[in-house]
Amino acid sequence: MTTMKTTAKTATQNACKLCNPLGACLAFRGIENSVPFLHGSQGCATYIRRYLISHYKEPIDIASSNFNEETAVFGGSHNLKLGLKNVTQQYKPAVIGIATTCLSETIGDDVPMILKEYRAIMGDAPLPIMIFASTPSYQGSHMEGFHAAVRATVKTLAEKGPKSDVVNLFPGMISPSDIRYMKEIMGDFGIPFVLLPDYSQTLDGGPWAEYHTIPPGGTTTSAISSTGSATASIEFGSTLEAAKSAAGYLEEKFGVPRHSMALPIGIKATDEFFATLERLSGTPMPEKHLDERRRLVDAYSDGHKYVFGRRVIVYGEEDLVISMAAFLHEIGVVPVLCASGGKSGQMKKRLLERIPGMDELGITTREGVDFVDIENEAETLKPDFLIGNSKGFTMSKKHELPLVRIGFPIHDRFGGQRLHHLGYRGTQELFDRIVNTVIEQRQNSSHIGYTYM
Amino acid sequence: MDTQNISLLEGREKQVYEKRQGGAEVDIACDTTSLSGSVSQRACVFCGSRVVLYPVADAIHIVHGPIGCAAYTWDIRGAVSSGPELHRLSFSTDLQEMDVIYGGEKKLYRSLIELIDQYQPNAAFIYSTCIIGLIGDDIDAVCKKVAKEKGIPVMPVHSEGFKGTKKDGYKAACSALMTLIGTGSTEGISKYSINILGEFNLAGEAWIIREYYERMGIEVVATMTGDGRIDAIRRSHGASLNVVQCSGSMTSLAKDMEEKYGIPFIRVSYFGFEDMSKSLYDVAQLFPDRPEIMEKAKEIVRDEIRQYYPEMQKFKAALTGKKAAIYVGGAFKTFSLIKALRTIGMSVVLAGSQTGNKDDYSRLKEMCDEGTVIVDDSNPVELSKFILEKEADLLIGGVKERPIAFKLGVGFCDHNHERKIPLAGFVGMYNFAKEVYESVMSPVWQFAPRKGGLK
Repeated sequence: MTTMKTTAKTATQNACKLCNPLGACLAFRGIENSVPFLHGSQGCATYIRRYLISHYKEPIDIASSNFNEETAVFGGSHNLKLGLKNVTQQYKPAVIGIATTCLSETIGDDVPMILKEYRAIMGDAPLPIMIFASTPSYQGSHMEGFHAAVRATVKTLAEKGPKSDVVNLFPGMISPSDIRYMKEIMGDFGIPFVLLPDYSQTLDGGPWAEYHTIPPGGTTTSAISSTGSATASIEFGSTLEAAKSAAGYLEEKFGVPRHSMALPIGIKATDEFFATLERLSGTPMPEKHLDERRRLVDAYSDGHKYVFGRRVIVYGEEDLVISMAAFLHEIGVVPVLCASGGKSGQMKKRLLERIPGMDELGITTREGVDFVDIENEAETLKPDFLIGNSKGFTMSKKHELPLVRIGFPIHDRFGGQRLHHLGYRGTQELFDRIVNTVIEQRQNSSHIGYTYM
Repeated sequence: MDTQNISLLEGREKQVYEKRQGGAEVDIACDTTSLSGSVSQRACVFCGSRVVLYPVADAIHIVHGPIGCAAYTWDIRGAVSSGPELHRLSFSTDLQEMDVIYGGEKKLYRSLIELIDQYQPNAAFIYSTCIIGLIGDDIDAVCKKVAKEKGIPVMPVHSEGFKGTKKDGYKAACSALMTLIGTGSTEGISKYSINILGEFNLAGEAWIIREYYERMGIEVVATMTGDGRIDAIRRSHGASLNVVQCSGSMTSLAKDMEEKYGIPFIRVSYFGFEDMSKSLYDVAQLFPDRPEIMEKAKEIVRDEIRQYYPEMQKFKAALTGKKAAIYVGGAFKTFSLIKALRTIGMSVVLAGSQTGNKDDYSRLKEMCDEGTVIVDDSNPVELSKFILEKEADLLIGGVKERPIAFKLGVGFCDHNHERKIPLAGFVGMYNFAKEVYESVMSPVWQFAPRKGGLK
């Protein structure tokens, strides 16, 4: 194999990130009776639909204002209004989640102004709630778009009210299974809660007896309104800043305390999450979850020898990578490279908080990388396997490195939407899969054909 | 099934037609941009260019713009190569805010120089995306400069997403190919030679077709663009005939080649026994001075059909009377699919395409049975409405149509870019029938609410 290295690298090669509007569309899909709407070219909506459908295996309709040359010259006002009218007629949504694209941002469309005009034109006609998020694709990645949409949603809907017992949970971009599990945990603690966005049913639902223009499920608008009077917000995401987050907005505007924490992956991070729930609810951890934790600790002992000292490269969204690295560290695996296409500038700092001796242990981080960068690193780091989304398969095949698939997108395996990552349950699932990856590798590389491993 | 509440959008009525006896002769409106707010299954101009040029395997493809356009088209088509695989890499200038403000030409130039040095391609295609059309980068100038410095063709593809429809993207791709054609030597090319146009080698389909023609004694100069190579494209003007499939994307290239190089073209389809056979006979007929070509064509058709016929009867027995809905990219494919479905006993209740033209739709009207609905540039709501109303057992489409079928408990056959099993050629018809059979006859539908399962 020839190594191809250049000193300068201007172009992005096999990107390890997606664009801003994708995240916004995904988040808007988690609001009940809502239609995501992209203000830009038809292609953006279609490509993003295709990309999401290949992972979630569910119908995902994303409307578009469908720019043409005239729109680009004279502005998108007419198209946006017509599009809103048509979507309202065909989908009868309660909410339209509007996100911009590079095109509408570059021509400088003032979307809030256009929406104001639209409301004026429509007069007394009942209109869907319109939520607007600015998501130019030339800034950040899909994670910025996701958080921008969630923040815009509470900004539009949250109301002041007498303090309630409600706890807001903003879990970020997690799997439908993880969302269901989070809801189960909140329920077991007996905490009244609002989880946003909740695409656990809209993107992983049952069969349809009749056609639904919008799939059932999602966080209701009335629940979102109540987030302003909640007793606290819990928000996952190590690099998510208050100024860009939903919980940050609620704290600033309504004084709802924000509890920001890492995605709860691994025992330590999950303990922190459960401790927060215990504090907020005044209830000790329910026996069921203590049991799951006990089984997980037991599994750690049963499996520790398979994984100790193994070296891995973990890649994907920064917050996922940080939490995965901390979990790997806690089971004795060395994440020799923690890589992300995202560029928050905080990855190293946040990781140091979770793994203080990371430099001495040979744990490195890189932000703003693509898969060719990661591949180049792999050649010197010589990891035992890779952990990340499907897009690492090219590298995995070329270098004969097993790939443990997590996160999004999972386009080359079945059931990506049903994988758990969070809490004791998700950690158990991840631990089992990682141990089995090592076992399978050993079994396959031995000519003996052991039936006990 | 109550679908009365599903309405057509104002401005879409003329793109939907139901064939009825004594019904008014209406022209289906087509060739228009999609209606704002209608969730079109189409993509954009960039998509049209990208799908056509994607399979050229010894060139690098650089998407000039923010990251999305490149990320969503990375390794997206199942277009396979027998050699280099540069087409499976995704390159983007990944423009950031400052690039949008100050222009991206320098970044494009640097990207090109570095990538060409690193990967040593035989050519480079540069796709401009939406915002390039706004910020005014002169990509032609950058391409010219790099071509001169590096000594390889560097072709701009003007595919700004908003500047038309997917079809305009096809044209932009064909223009880029046209700049290559005629720049290679035609020495040694047989008089009995063709180019295969509009065949993208999904799941190795171009190899199957190429082999049939070669068995007939015909030289295939270039396939465009399946398993495509720059050198083959450069000398493709030496072929005697252009054989065009997927007419929507490549007819303009065939016309340009006819005008410039006097190469005649025919339109064919490789889907279904009937059309596959015809595409061999039609080519053979154009070489009358060598009758053994036709002899060989007949022999291939006979042998191939004999091989698959018995198995096909099994599928037909099971599928007879079942109903299919078709919604694909190009209308030409729907003609073949209607015929192919008839050979396995199935009727078509809905037929439509993203990019059909007037001629396509009038031919479609002639071919269809009474009661068949024909749609242009449809959307998920309409497709679902007609699938339910017409009680289809099967939907043929692409990734975006698949979940509609599965949610409603309807079988599905992927006839789009991502297929991994060849559906072209005689073996392809067998694969198609098998796939349809395996989806329509699956026992899992007994649990679907519409088929009597629990709600």
